[in-house]
Amino acid sequence: MAAFYSFLAVLALIVIPWLGVGMGMGALFGIVLPYIAIIIFMVGFTMRIVDWAKSPVPFCIPTTGGQQKSLPWIKNSPWDNPYDKKGVFMRMVLEVLCFRSLFRNTSVKLQQEGPKVGYSSEKSLWLFALIFHYCFLLILVRHLRFFMAPVPYPVHIAEFMDSILQIGLPVMYQSDVLILVGLGFLLARRVFDGKVRYISLMQDYFPLLLLLGIVVTGVWMRYVVKVDVIAVKELAMGIVTLHPHMPKAAIDPSVYAHLTLVCALFIYFPFSKLMHMGGVFLSPTRVVPNMSRRAMWVNPWNDPSIKPHSYAAYEDDFREKMIEAGLPVDKKA
Amino acid sequence: MYNAKYIIPGIIFFLALAFVPVVYNMGHQFEVTPELPKDQKDCVLPTQEMRDKHMQLLNEWRNEAVRDGNRIFVNAKGQKYVKSLTNTCMSCHPDKAKFCDRCHNTVGVAPYCWDCHNLTPDQKSPIPPVAQAAAGGH
Repeated sequence: MAAFYSFLAVLALIVIPWLGVGMGMGALFGIVLPYIAIIIFMVGFTMRIVDWAKSPVPFCIPTTGGQQKSLPWIKNSPWDNPYDKKGVFMRMVLEVLCFRSLFRNTSVKLQQEGPKVGYSSEKSLWLFALIFHYCFLLILVRHLRFFMAPVPYPVHIAEFMDSILQIGLPVMYQSDVLILVGLGFLLARRVFDGKVRYISLMQDYFPLLLLLGIVVTGVWMRYVVKVDVIAVKELAMGIVTLHPHMPKAAIDPSVYAHLTLVCALFIYFPFSKLMHMGGVFLSPTRVVPNMSRRAMWVNPWNDPSIKPHSYAAYEDDFREKMIEAGLPVDKKA
Repeated sequence: MYNAKYIIPGIIFFLALAFVPVVYNMGHQFEVTPELPKDQKDCVLPTQEMRDKHMQLLNEWRNEAVRDGNRIFVNAKGQKYVKSLTNTCMSCHPDKAKFCDRCHNTVGVAPYCWDCHNLTPDQKSPIPPVAQAAAGGH
């Protein structure tokens, strides 16, 4: 049901601008909405990060995925169980660029011979998540050709590499195909795997279907209707040069549908699970070095007026009562 | 706020990324004006169709002319044209740099037409196909 409602929501986000533009509301979907979306995104993103940054971390809680640094003759793993900032930096680089914690995924299955539990490596989520994220990044970089004039050299390189197979005309981007594969897997996993479906909510399905909607409208624009790219760039350049105006040539309604979906993504972003983009840098289990035994961790919540109370002082307070109750005490009198 | 010395630069860096296109384009006027032929009014297809789908048409022309030997294109009005980039398209749009490149460069498109149609940007007249055939080309 959650998946179905999410699908309907995405469909509405396509149909509304499609019809709206037909009724002459192009400026609303092409100019006003993008500005609103980018402002909500930037303010919302910052506020969410600041909110997280204000929350104290009461304990030192790193994920310890390897041998801790202890005695000099025990080999430790500085990236999986970092003991200093350098190790944490490496762990974060590998986490952000390679999704290392997803690589560790395992699946639990009952063995066929009997009631024996077997754990096996499960790399599919890691693989398809990696495919999706890198394709999304590449597509974002490629889209800078609409927002920058003249087109910078790195964007040309991205464009050239992405269409190097020269299949069809306009030439097919490999990332367009691969992102559909990646998103398709991530959605299929939620729909067909009973265990994942059980824990999937609308806030899981909606962003996936929204991204799929963006990709499908994008593919539609490029390969099927072949929209007027110069007019699209005129609209985009109007927005980024802060002199927004509607282009002279008419633009296909699918462009507005694509743009509205992207705006919906930007508006939804700060309130959603997609905030893992910023949140990964603020997760204590990732960014805290495992030095709980070598450095004192002071809970920022602690009231400075409450002083430490040792056992010796506790015994001093209650010695008579403890002896009366027959409890052992360190100092008799 | 905790760890402000890491988080504030991080947020500023992230927001600055969003302003890269704004700063990059600042003070530039965006205008695309491909030079249109003065003596001709109509292209082989209506203008909007040519703007959107010329690559598709050229691709079809290439395939039909080279693979099937079918070199005559008839448009919706019944006008006949030779399927040739160099001789038909470029007889009205002679300068690649002032027509093709104006739009292609603007949106970062690098069509592979010019891998074979090796025209210098200032070429005045189209290459006659006969001369090419005599030279052993195709």
